[in-house]
Amino acid sequence: MEIVEKIINGDRRAAAKLITLVENNFSQAQEILKKLYNYTGKALVIGLTGPPGSGKSTVTDKITKILRGQGKTVGIIAIDPTSPFTGGALLGDRIRMQDLSLDKGVFIRSMSTRGHLGGLSQATQATVKILDALGKDIIFIETVGVGQSEVDIVKVADTVVLISMPGMGDDVQIIKAGIMEIGDIFVINKADKEGCERLATEIGMMLDLNQNKKWHPPVLKTIATDNVGIKKLLEEIDRHISYLKESGELEQRRRESAKKEIFDLIQEQWKETLSTFIDNGFLNKIVTKIVNREEDPYTAVEKLSNVLVHSYTQGGVKND
Amino acid sequence: MEGKKIRILIAKPGLDGHDRGAKVVARALRDAGMEVIYTGLRQTPEQIVETAIQEDVDVIGLSILSGAHTHLFPKVMELLKENDIKDIIVMGGGVIPEEDIPELKKAGIAEIFTPGTDTRDIIKFIKEKVR
Repeated sequence: MEIVEKIINGDRRAAAKLITLVENNFSQAQEILKKLYNYTGKALVIGLTGPPGSGKSTVTDKITKILRGQGKTVGIIAIDPTSPFTGGALLGDRIRMQDLSLDKGVFIRSMSTRGHLGGLSQATQATVKILDALGKDIIFIETVGVGQSEVDIVKVADTVVLISMPGMGDDVQIIKAGIMEIGDIFVINKADKEGCERLATEIGMMLDLNQNKKWHPPVLKTIATDNVGIKKLLEEIDRHISYLKESGELEQRRRESAKKEIFDLIQEQWKETLSTFIDNGFLNKIVTKIVNREEDPYTAVEKLSNVLVHSYTQGGVKND
Repeated sequence: MEGKKIRILIAKPGLDGHDRGAKVVARALRDAGMEVIYTGLRQTPEQIVETAIQEDVDVIGLSILSGAHTHLFPKVMELLKENDIKDIIVMGGGVIPEEDIPELKKAGIAEIFTPGTDTRDIIKFIKEKVR
């Protein structure tokens, strides 16, 4: 297949076009992705996550520059939210990465969530593979600015860097479940702001309570705009990757990632099949029955599932 | 997965530091359901074209107020040609004198929107062109 050939030979346009196809028409893209899969699995995937404005793009920009100095190639997937009202998006992560746009060893793709929750977009995992096949050594995924529960990144990345900043709330926020549990490395950016020391201590104390973990996440301070602490961050990422490899956790994580992908793909496929039913008025009939108390929603769904499975195995969905 | 979405790069070539207009247009296009990639100030034509390739956009919108449009706009078109890209529509906006417009269109710029343009006209133009 020509496009696969082009991508593994480093054709940026072919890669960009395939990413678009993944976003717009997955079933078509899938046929190409099947053939691309054999050329993937070499890249390391680093996730950067944290609240809006904490400095994810700036940190990505600075780390990438150091990696380029070491001769490594980099892919960056930068995700911003889609408007739930209009479906539009303003993707502005490139503003912090302007110097990288002419470096042929760097490929940046801005992406919107398109209604997907969890901090990533539906197309993220496939895009990682495309950039991997394109020959990028390191792939950064910059999540949307997250709150407390957008933790999908942990299932996609090898290493998760959680970037926070001083002044975002008291110490109870830190012991809440969710986002604070997923960091392999904690970064306090804008470390010249008041409250940095206190935040570092609080995160440190929170982490001390995780006694059963073999990896003890470091807490680092950075001022990304001034390049302070970035080298240290990269060293810690390296250290974490070595740990993953030696402990066998890397394989474990990649198994989790594959599992998540299978679940996502199946859900997506069934959603499509289901929406065909919805389109042709079948759903309306069921809704009417439920509202009129002629049938309960549980039985209706049981019946519907049976019909779906049947029509799926027979190939194609028919109106009934 | 959803269907096709219009992707557009809003870029500011040249040295002027005024991006109010670019931001207003970016916002209007976002509200019209498009995915707008905004890259910030002082972009070279080379940066703009490379970004357009990686982001696989349908449209490039160039905003300029410095007066260098007669040089920078055709330069973008030239670079697109060099990269064998024919499927990206390029439009321009900003303080551009009427008498310069025919020359820019001859260079391949699809449309020029001068100050006072209704953003709805820009949206209509894009939606008609991309498809």
